[in-house]
Amino acid sequence: MLYSLAGIALFCIALRAVILATAPLRAILAVNVMSSGVFLVLVALARRTPGLVADPVPHAMVITGIVVAVSATAMAIVLTQRLRANVSAPTVEDTPGAGP
Amino acid sequence: MTNPERDTLARLARFGSTLAVALVFAGLAFAMLSLPAEPTGLAAAVRAELPGTGAANPVTAVLLNFRGYDTLLEIAVLLLALLAIWTMRRGQLRPQRDPGDVLESLASIQAPVMLVVAGYLLWAGGSAPGGAFQAGGILAAAGVMLVLAGSGWPQRLSGWPLRVALVLGLSAFICVGVAVVLGGQEFLAYPASGAATIILVLEICATVSIAVILLDMFLSVLRGRASRTDTTASIDQP
Repeated sequence: MLYSLAGIALFCIALRAVILATAPLRAILAVNVMSSGVFLVLVALARRTPGLVADPVPHAMVITGIVVAVSATAMAIVLTQRLRANVSAPTVEDTPGAGP
Repeated sequence: MTNPERDTLARLARFGSTLAVALVFAGLAFAMLSLPAEPTGLAAAVRAELPGTGAANPVTAVLLNFRGYDTLLEIAVLLLALLAIWTMRRGQLRPQRDPGDVLESLASIQAPVMLVVAGYLLWAGGSAPGGAFQAGGILAAAGVMLVLAGSGWPQRLSGWPLRVALVLGLSAFICVGVAVVLGGQEFLAYPASGAATIILVLEICATVSIAVILLDMFLSVLRGRASRTDTTASIDQP
């Protein structure tokens, strides 16, 4: 129970960071921390089953979730890089002396 | 907008978000604390069905047998994310300049060890914690380490061999699923007699694909970083 509450706390702290984030990288990192919180809750709840063995279904979901989170993070980072390259690429308007 | 006004707005946003998040926390914690004392998990159901699945490790049985459809779609998601990255990435991958003696020698010692560990995890996945995702992750990490230590992806492997490795896992899953359907069963419902072999083959194919996909994602991010340092070279490239 302590672990699932900690997972919820992690989720909420990162949620606030997502809301307030201005830099894309910060938002990406915060979403990653959010997903870690969700995984912590899932693993903690899997332990509630009676007996020694934990419920394997949430564990399988967490493994799936980690891999998907990694791929989504990579895609978001490449998207950010592309955005930055497009925004910072010099255009005709930016060239000094080209304006009227 | 003047500066003091903006400051007030920012403080308001911080206060409001803190309040909202505190409410979310309270709600989630209340839901967590009011869960029934006697959980209705699926652990007993999994344990009862385990003997016919071809895997002694319940997590592997869930991943590749009970919820094989999930894993199939997950590898498809990985592949889709990589395709999206391929359409967006830019710049050229060049070998790391001067990685340093420590990293270079450490990588040459660690890479073979990581290969062995990945192979062990893949094999152990049938009966103990481990499996395709863990093995693929370690293989990809070994590749990342080698790239950071200065060795690049071999040029002659970057054409169709790379693409075959990328789609190996997904195509193996689809082939097995279709073959099972042609045999008169439901999609991805393995016959109990050959389930262990099927799971092993699927795990090997999935490990290769996951490792190569994750490594290629990392290399794509690295390309973008390399292209930012000299913007003149990257601007005109598609």
